[in-house]
Amino acid sequence: MKKIINNPNQVLQDMVDGLIAANPQRLKKIPETFVIARADAPVQGKVGLVSGGGSGHEPAHAGYIGKGMLDAAVCGEVFTSPTPDQVYEAIKAVDGGAGVFLVIKNYTGDVMNFEMAAELAEAEGIQVEKVIVNDDVAVEDSSFTTGRRGIAGTVFVHKIAGAMADKGASLEDVKAVAEKVVANVRSMGMALTPCTVPAAGNPSFELAEDEMEIGIGIHGEPGIDRGTIATADEIATTLTEKVLEDREFSGEVAVLVNGLGATPEMELYIMNKKVHDILADRGINVYKTFVGEYMTSLEMAGCSVTLLQLDDELKELLDAESTAPAFRM
Amino acid sequence: MELGVLDIVKWFELSNEKIQQNKDYLTSLDRPIGDGDHGINMARGYQETVNKINTVDYAEPSAVLKDAAMVLLSKVGGASGPLYGTAFLKMSVAVKGMVVLNLRTLTGGLAAALAGIKQRGKSELGEKTMIDIWGPVVDYFTKGEISSAGLMEIVSSALETSKETMATKGRAAYFKEKSIGHLDPGSASSFYIFEALAEVIKEKE
Repeated sequence: MKKIINNPNQVLQDMVDGLIAANPQRLKKIPETFVIARADAPVQGKVGLVSGGGSGHEPAHAGYIGKGMLDAAVCGEVFTSPTPDQVYEAIKAVDGGAGVFLVIKNYTGDVMNFEMAAELAEAEGIQVEKVIVNDDVAVEDSSFTTGRRGIAGTVFVHKIAGAMADKGASLEDVKAVAEKVVANVRSMGMALTPCTVPAAGNPSFELAEDEMEIGIGIHGEPGIDRGTIATADEIATTLTEKVLEDREFSGEVAVLVNGLGATPEMELYIMNKKVHDILADRGINVYKTFVGEYMTSLEMAGCSVTLLQLDDELKELLDAESTAPAFRM
Repeated sequence: MELGVLDIVKWFELSNEKIQQNKDYLTSLDRPIGDGDHGINMARGYQETVNKINTVDYAEPSAVLKDAAMVLLSKVGGASGPLYGTAFLKMSVAVKGMVVLNLRTLTGGLAAALAGIKQRGKSELGEKTMIDIWGPVVDYFTKGEISSAGLMEIVSSALETSKETMATKGRAAYFKEKSIGHLDPGSASSFYIFEALAEVIKEKE
């Protein structure tokens, strides 16, 4: 294992400290926790948005904290769900009287821990609602999930639900628009190399020099097909076609070509070119494109393609202001 | 049979001893199907629980169970933390206000714990989870007459049955048929917890 760390058991603490140091005006750490919140939290009268999960997916989720997106992110150990007491602290920290909304990626541990925290908060009189994101079309069940996994599409849920909350919408309306995004977003990923959890010290799986795996999860969970590496156009076609098969896309969409940690932007742009060509061939208009690292998997090389079906409401919310460090609009 | 505060504390202490002794075994059960940390997580969580409940003078069993639940929630992690945390939290609520637990109220507490595990895990009996242990135990208590020997018999046979079940919930479900013959780590840790309870009950016989 070759990593720029001090101690494998200290990575979470060190990362959180460095993240706060990078954004001292915008972010604060809730004492005695690994919860990061907007410096001005709680915002009175606004629905508070909380997300989080295991670490190792940076900039998810703390990079999406800001006006117009999340109010807090709960950082678990690497690839490990945060515990309910931590999530509960986040809920309390962002409750400005209008209720708190949780964005949860569909992993068994995350769902249980966030739901438990929601019950603890409700027992204290805080209104809590949630959405579970399951945008990955690759596999139905995995070693980490019952049902589909939540991956890069989660970022669109943060953006759009966050913009809705920022407009002063009710908890019910924030939930409704978040569910609308989940219903309209689909993703699929692939990897060229595995990643190594610092505390484990070894890669979680192996891929030969000339191999790639299609449909792999953001923790290295198995995908659907392992084969010889293909060209960018072939990879883009495989991922995009699978997404397009899963749901009907028409009119206008947002595209997110996401790097998993060790893939150069150059390669992501090569992918993006082909994704655009495929969509153009089908008469689907791209309203907005995002290319870069949004939901990573430590140092895994690979990428994912996400499509979000848009309408006027989603377009307006997607375009709304965001001050989040990793998603400025 | 009546269990007071000290008996419930003893239950957690004995559970902790068994989990510490079998930490590596629990982890080895988790390795092929999960991320190989069940023993480590349970050992950490139960040790912290015992440390906590030994520092407080409790007025009733409910308070012990609540503190234990909160420590397990925050220290075990993964899916086991919220599952065991929920179980003891629900049990705590069910027996609130009672200075001692008799068979009827203990049964009520265990039934509430089981309901909590089912709700949290969105799972039922026969899906190769800890419910395969908790379910038969609650059924046994509900019959209205118990003994430590009888409880041990029930949990041992429940564990055997669960081993031969195919997983349809939890991480092991990914391995479907391959999970048959493999012991579910959560069922194994639940086994130790009830083995400890049987020992507490035995002292009252």
